[in-house]
Amino acid sequence: MAKLGHIRFIYKPVLFFACLLPFAWLLARALQLGGLDLGANPVEEIQDTLGIWGLRLLLATLAITPLRLLTGLAWLLQFRRMLGLFAFFYVALHFLNYLVLDQTLSLALIVEDIVKRPFITIGFSAFVLLVPLAVTSTAGWRRRLRHRWQQLHYSIYLVGILVCWHFYWQVKKDISEPLIYIVILTALLIPRLLQRRKRRQKARSRQGAGGSTGASTLTRREIHE
Amino acid sequence: MLIKRPPDIRPSEITPEQRYLDRRQFMRSAGAAGTGLLLGAGTAAGAADIPAKYRRLGDVRPSPLSTAETPNSFEDITRYNNFYEFGTGKDDPAKNSAAFRPKPWQVTVDGEVEQAGTFDYDDIVGPHPLEERIYRLRCVEAWSMVVPWVGFSLGDLIKRLKPTSRAKYVAFETIVRKEEMPGQRSRVLRWPYVEGLTMAEAMHPLTILAVGVYGVELPNQNGAPLRLVVPWKYGFKSIKSIVRISFSESQPRTTWNASAPGEYGFYANVNPAVDHPRWSQKRERVIGAGLFAGKKPTLLFNGYADQVAQLYSGLDLTRNF
Repeated sequence: MAKLGHIRFIYKPVLFFACLLPFAWLLARALQLGGLDLGANPVEEIQDTLGIWGLRLLLATLAITPLRLLTGLAWLLQFRRMLGLFAFFYVALHFLNYLVLDQTLSLALIVEDIVKRPFITIGFSAFVLLVPLAVTSTAGWRRRLRHRWQQLHYSIYLVGILVCWHFYWQVKKDISEPLIYIVILTALLIPRLLQRRKRRQKARSRQGAGGSTGASTLTRREIHE
Repeated sequence: MLIKRPPDIRPSEITPEQRYLDRRQFMRSAGAAGTGLLLGAGTAAGAADIPAKYRRLGDVRPSPLSTAETPNSFEDITRYNNFYEFGTGKDDPAKNSAAFRPKPWQVTVDGEVEQAGTFDYDDIVGPHPLEERIYRLRCVEAWSMVVPWVGFSLGDLIKRLKPTSRAKYVAFETIVRKEEMPGQRSRVLRWPYVEGLTMAEAMHPLTILAVGVYGVELPNQNGAPLRLVVPWKYGFKSIKSIVRISFSESQPRTTWNASAPGEYGFYANVNPAVDHPRWSQKRERVIGAGLFAGKKPTLLFNGYADQVAQLYSGLDLTRNF
């Protein structure tokens, strides 16, 4: 077990700055520091970089639970909110870049894109679904929403699927990169499905033994983790 | 008239010495003249950035078919490419094409044509005076550039090759060299890359075979040493590194059409009214315009409608996209 002080004063700050690195790198290239640049198509480069880091951090967020199951290190959970919020940070900037630099805020074109282009519809939906998760990520909201907080935050799985789908559909032809992310997402979701099935079986066997109340309490606690 | 490939000696080996010496002098003055021409077109920055390793082409004449728009920088033209033979990323062709050897080069001509055979590069290109053609280039991915190509009219070559009366289409094929083209080890597309035009499209004065850009020989990532340029069609029609030109009676298979028939047609004319199934074709991102430029409206036939629209009179452009 890692010491609480280590987590708070070392691991978390390190993770925080590590998560900011892709953004800092992008900024350095945009400002052309030290001869860096964003290439021939800077708007696209910003869009792709923000998008891919949004996806990577989303997958990192989803990796925490399987990692904990695998290693038994419960303190890993302490990093999940920060990773999730950074995923939202990159996704939100990705959307903002689309609105401002890509579409230059022309509302008619943006609406047409969101309505008519399925991959944009899907990406936009993922962003919309992420907003309440980011808003309710605080301890206060978690307390206020009680068990509904967990139900709400289950939508992160849907967001993961939508984001991968958005990436897959956006690619012109070479789907090898999105496929890698789809494989990772699948690998992260499978342990959860297996665990859920195990839990149900356990609950059912307890129900058979007449311990239904105890089983449901236990299930809820497991979910909360 | 075409001379078929001589068995042993290449033309460069029999060039008289005096002419070789003259050539150096000529190149120097042509280089200066070329720079002046490009400066006139407002491309000082781009022209100044050309690395010395690219051989300057001599005696390149300006063309009235060039656009007055400012060309993109040499840097942008050579680092933002779609050339899947070298990888699918935009920067892959520049990164992965150093090992490619565009010389010596041969082109096979076959099908419905009198002058069938295999020809050396010089036999294909040599007889044609080179022109600079500054053309707009519109990619199917909704971005665009302006490129100062150097080349010659494909129609002039076709006249020398003498297609038969049965020839209705011209097909082109890109070289396959897995050891020099790492992208060909992937199955993302079926190799060789193939493209085609109707005879009328191929004979159109705007259609050229390009051998250079910015007054120098084509860099590998731009389709060295010989590529097609059809400025009113999406960029993927302008096939690169051509090793075969075939004449046929029936419409040839084309790579992107075969790969995704619902997304890419045989004609692939630039058309803002016909969207790609997954994205809009109404506007385009202008490469080099900067972070805050936004997109500009795409024009029918990429702005060449006055010259080419008559090729498609009576054709439903929505169905024949």
